[in-house]
Amino acid sequence: MKYIFIILFFTSSYLFSFQDQDSKSAKVSFEVSGVCDMCKSRIDEGVIKIKGVKYANWNINSNNISIIYNSRKTKLDSIKKNIAALGHDTDKYKAKDEVYQSLPECCYYKTLSIH
Amino acid sequence: MKFKLLFFLFFLVLKSYSQEYLTGNISYLNEENKSISLEGVSIYWLDSSVGVVSDENGFYSIPFQESKNKLVFKMLGFNDDLIEIITLKKYNHVMIESSSKLDEVIISKRQKTIQKSYFKTQNITNVSSDELLKAACCNISESFETNPSIDVNYSNAVTGVKQVKMLGLESPYLLITEENIPMIRGASQVYGLSFIPGTWVESMQITKGSGSVVNGFESISGQINVELKKPYSDSPFFVNVYSNNMGRNEINIHGNKIINDKLSTGLYLHANKNSSINDKNNDGFLDNPTSDAFNLFNRWQYINTEKGLVSFLGVRFMKDEKIIGENTQDMVFIRDPWRGEINTNRFDSNFKFGYVNPSIPYQSIGFQMAYSNHDQDSFFGIRNYNINQSSFYSSLIYNTILGSTLNKIKFGFNYSYDDFDEVVDKKNIFYSRIDKSFGGFFEYSYDSMDAVSLVAGIRYDVHNNLGDFFTPRLHMRYQPFEKSVMRFSVGTGRKSSNIFSENQNIFATGRDIQILNKSGKFYGLDSEKAINYGFSFRQGFFINNREGDITFDYYVTDFKNQVVVDWETQGELSFYNLNGKSFAKSLQIDFEYQISDNVLIKSTFKNFDVKKQYVSGFKQNPLTPKNRFFTNIEASTNERENGSKWKFDLTYNWIGTQRLTSHTELVDFDGYSPSYSLLNSQITREFSNKLEVYIGGENIGGYTQSNPIIGGDPFGADFDTSLIYAPIHGALFYLGLRLKL
Repeated sequence: MKYIFIILFFTSSYLFSFQDQDSKSAKVSFEVSGVCDMCKSRIDEGVIKIKGVKYANWNINSNNISIIYNSRKTKLDSIKKNIAALGHDTDKYKAKDEVYQSLPECCYYKTLSIH
Repeated sequence: MKFKLLFFLFFLVLKSYSQEYLTGNISYLNEENKSISLEGVSIYWLDSSVGVVSDENGFYSIPFQESKNKLVFKMLGFNDDLIEIITLKKYNHVMIESSSKLDEVIISKRQKTIQKSYFKTQNITNVSSDELLKAACCNISESFETNPSIDVNYSNAVTGVKQVKMLGLESPYLLITEENIPMIRGASQVYGLSFIPGTWVESMQITKGSGSVVNGFESISGQINVELKKPYSDSPFFVNVYSNNMGRNEINIHGNKIINDKLSTGLYLHANKNSSINDKNNDGFLDNPTSDAFNLFNRWQYINTEKGLVSFLGVRFMKDEKIIGENTQDMVFIRDPWRGEINTNRFDSNFKFGYVNPSIPYQSIGFQMAYSNHDQDSFFGIRNYNINQSSFYSSLIYNTILGSTLNKIKFGFNYSYDDFDEVVDKKNIFYSRIDKSFGGFFEYSYDSMDAVSLVAGIRYDVHNNLGDFFTPRLHMRYQPFEKSVMRFSVGTGRKSSNIFSENQNIFATGRDIQILNKSGKFYGLDSEKAINYGFSFRQGFFINNREGDITFDYYVTDFKNQVVVDWETQGELSFYNLNGKSFAKSLQIDFEYQISDNVLIKSTFKNFDVKKQYVSGFKQNPLTPKNRFFTNIEASTNERENGSKWKFDLTYNWIGTQRLTSHTELVDFDGYSPSYSLLNSQITREFSNKLEVYIGGENIGGYTQSNPIIGGDPFGADFDTSLIYAPIHGALFYLGLRLKL
């Protein structure tokens, strides 16, 4: 009888974790301008906090970001717009100058020829 | 053409205030890859009017500008560069011709050997294999001597075993895992840490406080997780030899082979021998046992990155023999000599399997199982102690997210089975017990990615001897500023009371052993249960452009039930259930400062208040220093191009007074041991990245306890080897070599 309790414990955890798994997940990868570790934490943090984004990982070497998001809650276009608002260029939206100027020093991807 | 440019930027740091100059040379690499000085390069601080031009030797000198640290290098035909100058006074720059592309910059920082994270929710200290090298000999229990979080004590005067304590509590109250499989428990509790050779270890994680629910309910004051070397990433061949002036010789040989891109295997061998008879204090007893040990470990690693699979399989065999007692070689006896032997055989096997869905990287599943058999046959004079423990452990864990990776969850099961058979003391009393438990756990973690994170876990276990119970645990972190972090944790823990295996030093005495309770499931005693809570604050700072930090840790372990081991009465030893209060309060203040690029200093003050209710009153734990002070200085020379360098390490320990239990031969002490100091040092010469030689000394001042063995007749009731507050042997010197191919 007591073991049933543990099984219930487990299955309820399982069901709990799957409550939002049924929704449509989309996986995308595109380039985001950036330079350093500081940019990485800015980009990863900024993107994961967009509602509907489940996973974000920006690669320093390739400058590509992998994103998994719930296509019912957000659109790719709005994710890119949000990234540009953080100060990092994407193919579709560019960062505004004043936002770019406020980036941490190591993130000046426009003036820094090395990355 | 591709270039790699290496910057050594030592992070951090305040700006220079006085009118100082940044100087350096500017060069470029020509087609033959030769470095040529570059004249006429414009150098200026970004957004400022201060600029200079390099001379014909490529030399430049530019005054520092307050609040400016981005330096621009410009030259027609070359790429413009923007470099952040943080701590440097001298910076040489290599310009790249416009046509070529520089694609990689490596910024490196000297790694500290003990690292505390600002970002982890739990109070975890990571100990790297480099730190383990500082105490060259030889196994994990000895490796903590240079680590302030863990205290190392001798448990008695004859077995040479060092026991570890954390937050003022002995190692049975710690959960010690090997790659997250509970490992040193039950029968192996006392000697287990000494059975893991230091060179096998890749890193260790020391968690203060109750830890995670994932690995079980057992951790009370903390967790130590040991990560072993992995065949895929370890060097193909490694040898370490060690020898000391007490006659101990050790050898470690590792071989690793990568069979194909997925499969690799490693074979690790350790042996040690100590055949010399040492009785430096002339008490007629060997200061340390003569011993022989052999340890063999084979592991297999399978990685398939395309499919997201990783698996480990390991098999290990260990044999250890120790002979202790009176020096029968150099003495003539009119009675039987007091001798003892501790012979241990152990077999371990484990299997681990993990799967990460390559297209959904935040979902993973892990399975692990382990079987071990630990068999110890021993006698101490006329007292016997044999224990055989067979254990099986298995766990299944699933990791996923809720909504986004800011909210992660883990859940799963553990099953553990332990079968104990013991033969105890003069009358060979036989005890047999089976512990079985099955539990489910759920752990939620939240990370705001900046200031706040928390880990909240709960588990429910069904245990045949401990009953059915919940174990809740909570860890929180708040980081208001980049260099300030606060942590809080609270949680409960329980454990079986393996009184004999955890307190084997009782057998090397003449004390009459009594168990005062009858109704409990563990030798008549109840299981142990405690709540642990604590607070930690860490503040980083920069003084003189160098990094440092200061940490305050305060932890309390409050026992709801404990098995009291009562040494208070001479000639007697009793075990009974706690009737009243028992707590361990630990305050630790750490200070760390990088004095120069090559010198790091660490200092720690610890205060322990460990008290419990004995039959004879509410008292401080015996043989537990109330105050301790620790300082470690590590220094090294800069690495030459051929990889050679010198490393120096010095550790100073001051151990305060300790309460002694009453014994007629200790009356002169007036109840408290004297305080004393210990000094350890090591010098390592790295000839290259492959070969290094080390020499060192432990207890260089040679402080020893004057009367480690007391009570006269070793077969009488007053005989005692376990009232130990200081080292038994004096200065120890060693020499060793490491070869890595």
